[in-house]
Amino acid sequence: MTFIPKPKLHHPDLQKNALGFTRRDYEGPVSTLCAGCGHDSISAAIVKACFELDIAPHRVAKLSGIGCSSKTPTYFLGASHGFNSVHGRMPSVLTGANLANKDLIYLGVSGDGDSASIGLGQFAHSMRRGVNMVYIVENNGVYGLTKGQFSATSDKGAKSKRGVVNSDEAIDLVGMALQLGATFVGRSFSGDKAQLVPLIEAALKHEGAAFIDCISPCVAFNNHEGSTKSFDYVREHNAALNYLDVISGRSEITVDYAPGEVEMVTQHDGSTLKLRKLHPSYDVHDRVAALTYMQERAAMGEIVTGLLYVDPNPRDMHGYLKTVDRPLNELSDDALIPGGSALERLNASLR
Amino acid sequence: MQPTDIKDPDYFHKVVDCQWACPAHTPVPEYIRLIADGRYADAFMINWKSNVFPGVLGRTCDRPCEPACRRGRVEDEPVAICRLKRVAADYKGDVSGRMPPKPTTRNGKKIALVGAGPASLTVARDLAPLGYHLVVYDSDPRAGGMIRSQIPKFRLPEEVIDEEVGYITDLGPEMRLGQRIDSLKGLLEEDYDAIFVGTGAPRGRDLPIPGRVEAAANIHIGIDWLSSVSFGHISKIGKRVIVLGGGNTAMDCCRSSRRLGGEDVKVIVRSGFEEMKASPWEKEDAIGEDIPILNFLVPKEFKHDNGKLIGMTFEKVKAEYDARGRRNLVPTGEPDHFFECDDVLVAVGQENAFPWIERDIGLEFDDRWDMPKVDETTFQSTHPKVFFGGDAAFGPKNIIWAVAHGHQAAISLHKFCQGEDVADRPPPMVNITSQKMGIHEWSYDNNISLDLRFKVPHRDKFAALKDIKAEVELGFDDKLAFQEAQRCLNCDVQTIFSDKLCIECDACVDICPVDSISFTENGEEADVRTRLSAPATNLTQDLYVSKPLKTGRIMAKDEDVCLHCGLCAERCPTGAWDMERFLIDVAQAGAFGAENACCSK
Repeated sequence: MTFIPKPKLHHPDLQKNALGFTRRDYEGPVSTLCAGCGHDSISAAIVKACFELDIAPHRVAKLSGIGCSSKTPTYFLGASHGFNSVHGRMPSVLTGANLANKDLIYLGVSGDGDSASIGLGQFAHSMRRGVNMVYIVENNGVYGLTKGQFSATSDKGAKSKRGVVNSDEAIDLVGMALQLGATFVGRSFSGDKAQLVPLIEAALKHEGAAFIDCISPCVAFNNHEGSTKSFDYVREHNAALNYLDVISGRSEITVDYAPGEVEMVTQHDGSTLKLRKLHPSYDVHDRVAALTYMQERAAMGEIVTGLLYVDPNPRDMHGYLKTVDRPLNELSDDALIPGGSALERLNASLR
Repeated sequence: MQPTDIKDPDYFHKVVDCQWACPAHTPVPEYIRLIADGRYADAFMINWKSNVFPGVLGRTCDRPCEPACRRGRVEDEPVAICRLKRVAADYKGDVSGRMPPKPTTRNGKKIALVGAGPASLTVARDLAPLGYHLVVYDSDPRAGGMIRSQIPKFRLPEEVIDEEVGYITDLGPEMRLGQRIDSLKGLLEEDYDAIFVGTGAPRGRDLPIPGRVEAAANIHIGIDWLSSVSFGHISKIGKRVIVLGGGNTAMDCCRSSRRLGGEDVKVIVRSGFEEMKASPWEKEDAIGEDIPILNFLVPKEFKHDNGKLIGMTFEKVKAEYDARGRRNLVPTGEPDHFFECDDVLVAVGQENAFPWIERDIGLEFDDRWDMPKVDETTFQSTHPKVFFGGDAAFGPKNIIWAVAHGHQAAISLHKFCQGEDVADRPPPMVNITSQKMGIHEWSYDNNISLDLRFKVPHRDKFAALKDIKAEVELGFDDKLAFQEAQRCLNCDVQTIFSDKLCIECDACVDICPVDSISFTENGEEADVRTRLSAPATNLTQDLYVSKPLKTGRIMAKDEDVCLHCGLCAERCPTGAWDMERFLIDVAQAGAFGAENACCSK
C-alpha cells in the first residue's frame, strides 16, 4: 500500500468529458493492494471507461463480495454508490438492487475465489436471469489474501510459488457464462488496456448480462515461472481475437479497414462496436461456435481474449418479468396498493 | 529514440528547472528542504557557497529560477524561491564560524580586481582561501558596487550588504576603496600576475531631446541619482516627478521619489506595459505605491520656462508588427501629450564605459559595440592576463549573472596563475543517492502540498513611504516559510528507471497523478511525443526513454510536469523505479567543495 494520497494536482492539459469531469474525478482513494497488482490496472481501466462514456458517477452502483478484487471498488468511482457484500453474495445483492431500481448502471466486481468457489451458485443464477449488469471477475488464480493457495480457476498443472503442482481441473467462468445465457461475454488481461478499456465500455453499454473474465496477475503469489496467470505467461499465450472501438450513437462511422477485418455491431442502446478482427472467420454472434473455439484453443494452451460473444438484441431480467417501465422503488403507494375495490374485482374474476 | 543517457550530468540537471535556470546553478530544492526542516544556517551556507550573497539576492534577485519552476506548470504560480532564500539569511543566526578561515600562507601570486561589485567580490571569495594576494580597487568609498549604490535601501537594508560583503573582506583581500583606476596600461605595468575587470555598466544612457540642456538642473540620470540618494548626497525631490524608462532602475527611481517628497510620481514608457523590462513584481510594487505607469509615449521635448523645467511632451504611439514579427512603434496621430513636472529621472538604459582602457595594449575591442572581446567560457580577454566578468563582460545583466561570471573567471584566474590551460574546465561534482528508507518511506517529504503561493507581508504603506530606509518587504516568518517551502516539488529527487527490473504491470502508469509515464512502441521523438498518456507538447522538456523492454515497447517518461511524488516507485512491485536525490555541484576555484558538502548533511 501507499501512505500518501494521490496528489490532486493533475496534468494541465487533462481533458474534460461532456459532463465537465476529468478522468481524475472518477478515481477513488489510493489503493491499499500490493504494489503492481493487476487489479489496480483494472480499476484504472474502469475509471477510463466511465470517463470516456460520460457516465455520471451517481448513476453507477458498484457491488462486490470479499477478496482482493472485492476491495477494489473503493479505489475507483469515489462518487458512486457502493455495496461491499458478503463473500460470494454480490450477485444476489446486485440482482435485488437491480430489481428495485433498474435505472442505475450496475457494476459487479468479483474475484476467482468470490465467484468460482463460494459464490459459484450465485454467479450462475445471475447469468441465467440475465441481470442487466457488468460482471467483472478479476481473475488471478490464487487466494491472495490467504497467501496464495490455488483457486478454482487455477489451471491444472500450474505451479504454485512454492512449487506445488495443481491437480484439480480449472473452472472456466467464460464457458459457464456462455452456457448460462450471458448476452455479452469477453475475456481480457489487466496488462492490455488497449483491449480492456473498450471492452468494459462496450459491456457498460450492453443492456443485459455482460460478463468479463479479466486475467489479473497476482504479483505477490502468482507471477512466477510455472504460473499460468503471470504477466509473462499471459503475454506469451494471449491469442487476442479482436480489439474494439466503442462509438456512441451520434458520431459518424467510417470503416477504414479491408473487408473481413472489421465488423460493426450495433448494440440495442444505439452505440456501435467497431470490431477489429484478428481472426476473420470468428463469428461473435455464434454462442455454440464460441464455446467450441474456446475449448479448442484452451487445449492448445492458448488464452483467447477479446469480445467472445455478443447478442445485439439482448433481453434482461426486467424484460422476462415484465416489470413496469418505472423503477419499482419509484412507485408510490397509489400504484402499489390499488385498493379494496380493485381486490374485489380481481377476486370476482376468479370465482 | 535512443535510450536516455542519465550518466550525462546535464540530463538530470535540466530536470531541476530552477537550478538549471540559475546562472550560478544554486541547488534550490536542497536548500528549500533544509528551510522546511528549520536548518536555516545549513540552507544559508549552500546558498553562500553557490551565489555568495544570499541575503542580498533573497531580496533583489531577478529570479530566473521562478519562471522556470515546475510548480508554475502544474498550478498557477512558482515556489517563492527568492523569498525563501531570504528566510535562510534572516534566521541563520551566527554563521561566522562556518566561513572559510583567512588563509595563513600566501601562494605568491598577486591579482588586481577592478571594481568592488558582485563579480569582483565573487572572484575574491573564491580565490582568497587559496592564498592569492588580492587587491580590490573601487572608486566608491565602500565595497558592494551597484548592490550598494543603485539598489534603494527600502529594498535592501545596508546591514545586509555590510554583512555579506564583510564575509568576503574578512578573508583578507586588500581593499583599496576610493581609488579609481584610470589606466589599465598603468595597472598592467604593476606587479600583478593577472587582472580581473568587474567594473559593471556604470553609465546611464541620456536622452538628448530638445530642452535637455536648458532644463538640465531638474533632469537627472537614474543610476547616478540613485547612487547619490544611496550615499546621502540627495535627500529630496520635487512634488511632481516623471520617471522615464521601463526597467528595474526606473522602478527604483519612482519608488525612491515617493519617499523623498514626490507626491505625483509617474512612470512613462515608450513600449507597452507588458513589454517593460522591469520584473512584474517590481511593477506591482510601484503601482501599489500610487505610481501610475503610462505606456506607448515617446519623449519629445523637455518644456522649460527660462531654464526652469515645467513639463514634458510625448508623442502617442502604438505597436505594429511586421511580417518578421519585429515591433515598430508608429505614431497614432493623436495630439502630443503634455505632463507637468518639477523633476525628471531618466532611466532608459545603462551602458558600458571603458575610457580607462587604452586601445593599444593588446586588448581588442569589438568594433560594433565598443566592448572588449571576452571569451564566453573562460572570461579571458585577448590580453591573456586580463579577465572580465559581470556587466563589464557582456553588457548589463544582473547580480546573479555577475556572481556566475565571477565563479568562472576565478577558475580561469586560478588556472592561469598556476600555468594551466584556462580552456580546460573542471567537471561538476555529481552525487546521486537513493532516498528509499523503507517500503513506503522516503528521506524526503513526498506528500504534495496543495497550497497556493504565499504572499510576503509588506510594511504598512504609510509608514513605508515616510522613511526611505524602512524595508518594505518584511519577509516570511518561520511558519509561512515552512508552508511555502512545502510547495517545492523536490525536482532534484529523480525518478530512476531500471529496464531490467520492469515487468510492465502498468502500476506506475495508473498511479502517476500527472500522466507522465507511458509504455509505447519506439519511434522518432516527434512521433513518440504524440503517443504518450498525455501528449508531450513542451519541447523544452526531455523525454526519459528506456531500452526496449520484454514486450519490445519502451518506457517513455515526459519530465515536463512530473511532481516527483515518488508514487511510481511506491507502486512498483519490482523496484524498477527508484527515487534518487541528484546533487550537482558546479566546479568552483575555492576549496569550498569538501567543506560545504558537510554542511548539507
